[in-house]
Amino acid sequence: MTDPTPPMEAIEQPVVINRGSRFGGYLRAISAVVWKDLTAELRSRELFSAMLVFALLVILIFNFALELDIRTRETVTSGVLWVTFAFAGTLGLNRSMAVEKDRGCMDGLLLAPVDRSALYFGKALGSLIFMLIVEVIVLPVYSGLYNINLFHPGLMAVILLGSVGYAAVGTLLSAMAVQTRTRDVLLPILLFPVVLPLLVAALKASNGFLQGFEMEEIWPWINLLIVYDVIFIAVAFMVFDYVVEE
Amino acid sequence: MIEARRLIKTFGLKPVLRGLDFHVEHGEFVALVGPNGAGKTTFLRILATLSKPSMGEVRVAGYPLPAQATAVRRRLGVVTHQPLLYGDLTAEENLRFYGRMYAVLKLKRRIEVVLEMVGLNVRRRDLVRQFSRGMQQRLAIGRAILHDPEILLLDEPHTGLDQEAAAMLDTLLRDVADRGRTVVMTSHDLTRAADLAERVDILHKGKIATSVRRGEIAPAELPGLYYSVTHD
Repeated sequence: MTDPTPPMEAIEQPVVINRGSRFGGYLRAISAVVWKDLTAELRSRELFSAMLVFALLVILIFNFALELDIRTRETVTSGVLWVTFAFAGTLGLNRSMAVEKDRGCMDGLLLAPVDRSALYFGKALGSLIFMLIVEVIVLPVYSGLYNINLFHPGLMAVILLGSVGYAAVGTLLSAMAVQTRTRDVLLPILLFPVVLPLLVAALKASNGFLQGFEMEEIWPWINLLIVYDVIFIAVAFMVFDYVVEE
Repeated sequence: MIEARRLIKTFGLKPVLRGLDFHVEHGEFVALVGPNGAGKTTFLRILATLSKPSMGEVRVAGYPLPAQATAVRRRLGVVTHQPLLYGDLTAEENLRFYGRMYAVLKLKRRIEVVLEMVGLNVRRRDLVRQFSRGMQQRLAIGRAILHDPEILLLDEPHTGLDQEAAAMLDTLLRDVADRGRTVVMTSHDLTRAADLAERVDILHKGKIATSVRRGEIAPAELPGLYYSVTHD
C-alpha cells in the first residue's frame, strides 16, 4: 500500500470556499448534478440504452400492429409518438432517481450546502436531456418506418414543451416513489394521471401540426402546455424540499 | 459547538431518542457507543440535517436546526454506513462533483491533496465500482473532508475495514482532530472509541446513560462499565 501521508505543507494549506453570489452557487450546483448524471451515464449507458431500445421497440411493434394506409398513419402518428415518449421517459425517470437511492447517494446530495430545489433542477435537467436525445433518434427512425415527414418546427416545439413538463413532473414524483419498496410500479401509477392534461395537449398540438390545421386551432393546446410546464416547475420548486426530507 | 437539549425523535409511535442531552466543545473528539437500536444513527442523522427532531433543541456551530440547516451543512463533513459515492464515476470525478457542490476553489489541487491523504492517488482514475469496501470507505472519508469542515460526523466508519485500512483511518481521524476539528463518531468498538476519543458517551434507550472522559477510568474497565449500563 502507498504511503497515505501527503506533504504537511499541502495539508496545512487552507481550503478556499467560493462565497460568491447565492444565485451563482445555485447554478453551479445544478450544473454539477447535470455533469455528474451525464458523465455517469456516458460511461454506463444503462439508462439511455434502456430508454432507446424500449422506444424503438414500441414504434416497431406499432408499425407491424397497425397495418395502416398513409392517411390513417398520419392520424395515429402523434398518439404513437407520445405513448413511446411517455413510457420511455418513465423508464429513465425511475432509473435516474434509483441510482441516487440505491447507493445512498441521495444523502450525499442532501448534505450539500445548497438549496434543495437546485438538486431537483439538476436531476430534472438530466432527465430532460436523456429524453430529448432519445426523441432525436426516434423521430427519424419513425419517419423512415412510417414514411411520414416529422421535421416540422412546430412539432419540434411541442415535443420540447411536452418533454419539459414530463421531466418536471416525473422528477418530482420519482423522488417520492423512489422512497417506497414498490417504486417501479408506483411511479407510473402516480405519474400518468398527473400528466394526462400534458399528454392530451401535446397529442392534440402534435396532431394539429401533422394534419396541417390552422394555428388558431393549435394555439390553445400550446398555451395549455406552457401553463402546465410553468405551474408544475413552480410547484416542484416549492415542495421538493418536503418530498425528499425524512 | 454542538448542543442538543431534551431531544426527542419518534418514528410513528416508536420513540428512538427520549430526551437526549448532548454537548460537545469546539475541537473535542467524542465517541458515541451503545447497543443496536440505542439511537446513535438517528441522533447523528439529526446533527447531519438529514432528519428532523420531533421535539427538543439542537444547535450545531451556533446555528439552530432545522431552521438554519444550509449554514450547518457548509460546516459539516459526514461519513455514513454507505460511502455516498457514484460507482460509474472515478475517484477523482466523485471528489470533483462534491467539490463543486461545496464550492471548493482550487479544486484540482485540493483533490490531489485529499487523495494523497486517503492513499488513493494512484487509483484516482479508476471507477469507484471497482474499489474494495475499504477503498470506498477511504474515499468516503476523503469526500467528507474535501471542504475541510469544522465538524466531522462519522457513523461507524470502521465497519467493513480490514486492520490496515482501519489503522489508516485512525491516523486520518487523529490528524483531523489534531487540527482542531470537532469530531463525533459512533462505534461498536469500545477499545477503538476509547483510544481515539477524548470522551466516550454511552447511549442507551435514546439517552446518554453515562459519559467517561479519557483518563477517568482505565480503558480495560470500559467494557465492564458499558455492560453494566446497557444491561439494566
